[in-house]
Amino acid sequence: MDHYRNPHHGGLREPYDAEVHHVNPACGDEVRLRVRLDRDIGKMIVADVSYETQGCSISQASASVLTDLVIGKTVDEAMARGDAFLALMQSRGEGDPDEDVLEDAVAFAGVSKYPVRVKCALLPWMAWKDATARALAVVAAVLPGREADQTRGNHSALERSTI
Amino acid sequence: MSALPGLLDVERVRKDFPILERPVRGGKPLIYLDSANTSHKPRQVIDTLVEFYERHNANIHRATHLLGEEATALYEGARNTVARFLNAPSRDEVIFTRNATEALNLVAQLLTWADPPHRLETGDQVVITEMEHHSNIVPWQLACQRTGATLTWLGLTDDGQLDLSELDRIITEPVKVVALTYVSNVLGTINPISTIVRRAHEVGALVLLDASQAAPHLPLDVAALGADFVAFTGHKMCGPTGIGVLWGRKELLEALPPFLGGGEMIETVTMTTSTYAPLPYKYEAGTMPIAQAVGLGAAVDYLSGIGMANIAAHEHALVTYALERLQTVPELRIYGPLTASNRGAAVSFTLGDIHPHDVGQVLDELGIAVRVGHHCARPICLRYGIPATTRASFYLYNTPGEVDALVAGLEQARHFFSSRR
Repeated sequence: MDHYRNPHHGGLREPYDAEVHHVNPACGDEVRLRVRLDRDIGKMIVADVSYETQGCSISQASASVLTDLVIGKTVDEAMARGDAFLALMQSRGEGDPDEDVLEDAVAFAGVSKYPVRVKCALLPWMAWKDATARALAVVAAVLPGREADQTRGNHSALERSTI
Repeated sequence: MSALPGLLDVERVRKDFPILERPVRGGKPLIYLDSANTSHKPRQVIDTLVEFYERHNANIHRATHLLGEEATALYEGARNTVARFLNAPSRDEVIFTRNATEALNLVAQLLTWADPPHRLETGDQVVITEMEHHSNIVPWQLACQRTGATLTWLGLTDDGQLDLSELDRIITEPVKVVALTYVSNVLGTINPISTIVRRAHEVGALVLLDASQAAPHLPLDVAALGADFVAFTGHKMCGPTGIGVLWGRKELLEALPPFLGGGEMIETVTMTTSTYAPLPYKYEAGTMPIAQAVGLGAAVDYLSGIGMANIAAHEHALVTYALERLQTVPELRIYGPLTASNRGAAVSFTLGDIHPHDVGQVLDELGIAVRVGHHCARPICLRYGIPATTRASFYLYNTPGEVDALVAGLEQARHFFSSRR
């Protein structure tokens, strides 16, 4: 509920490498999410994740928790956390989440008992995975290094037109 | 609160529905306000299904043994029952389908490959409305994409009615078919069918009526309505899932081509060509949902036994009460007519900025089943600029006390989510 009332990292920010728009067709929940990546000593870092959601408390809080969990991590670490969250959501209330890995997301353990709401909790994570995959492709295409910044936004506009 | 004028003897009705005795969410009584989604089934229908499988199960029309004769008689008997229920001029006009979606798709698809004058072609127009269920939108989008016809629609007024000021401008000579819902599954609006049928027929257009939210709730008279096709589903009217009905005017169904090809829809078959069975079998290919059709017949008998006018009066009383009580909840906004006249049994609303999913979850914890989301009619949400609604829908087994429980549950949802504002 804290993340719902006071969402972290909300709003859409520039620059970004990819933007996606995901919907839950069953209920109309929507999320628009942007990812910016940085290359640091050969590793891809999640530099920023920004988002706008239109949805229930669970999807909004999930987006907020997601940003806390992945920003500043390497893409590999962040993906591992995404996998841990997915496993928790698929646990049907039987999960025993590791608080060191999932932090505030452990509060979502109860959601996994409600199959319909699992989709709400996963919506931002699915959007983030998609955006990260697109961002990796964009960054790979414009490497090497920081000059990639200058092309940001333009690429994203192209990405957006395809979704 | 039990003495509203027009109510059925609802305690007696409720005894017919075994599921209403089931406790939910830690021993709470089930308050089921989701009948527009699917209705519950009375004991009479459940028993009919069990008896069919235990005593009469066989394939129909093909088997030459006793069970086959019995199953065929029960299946065709169900068709007679449905035909009487609809006041259909002929039983041969009653086609069993899988559901309303299949019935609507059947008509939309036939019109893409029919012979002239019914075939949709470039330059033709199809008119739907902004309050259609996706099952009466998407089939027409597909049909228009395939044929080059153009899709247009009647818009909505702010109070959830069809905007009839546009009727004569939108339904004009190039319009070949008008497909619309009788009763909106979201707004509850009962549409002025005779006005629209008159205009459509003036310009030579066919009219297809989606009666999925009408057949369970109102006396349905296809002869009086004047439409050319009427589609509805069984599971929303106390029948089983997997069975729906398409009624169509005989001369039209005879002129139109077959839909699915297969067993039982043929007269003769050679390796190169076939001739087709007469109505209604021309449109019933393959083994049909036999037990489900028989179950639908039992549901129609059950509803007719209570009387559709009595059911409509019961729901009218409940919806009148619900509209009045819901409007006492702060920040609750109803989408659709605010009075019960010309209104069906579904009431959709938003509650401040609390997302309907959250409203639904709080209600579910209290044992109250409603539907949340866009109810397969997303253009309505777009029209009113909202992401989703919560919908309470009533049927013959609902009580004024359940309306009170809903209102109390909504107050609880407001309280729970209030500190965000």
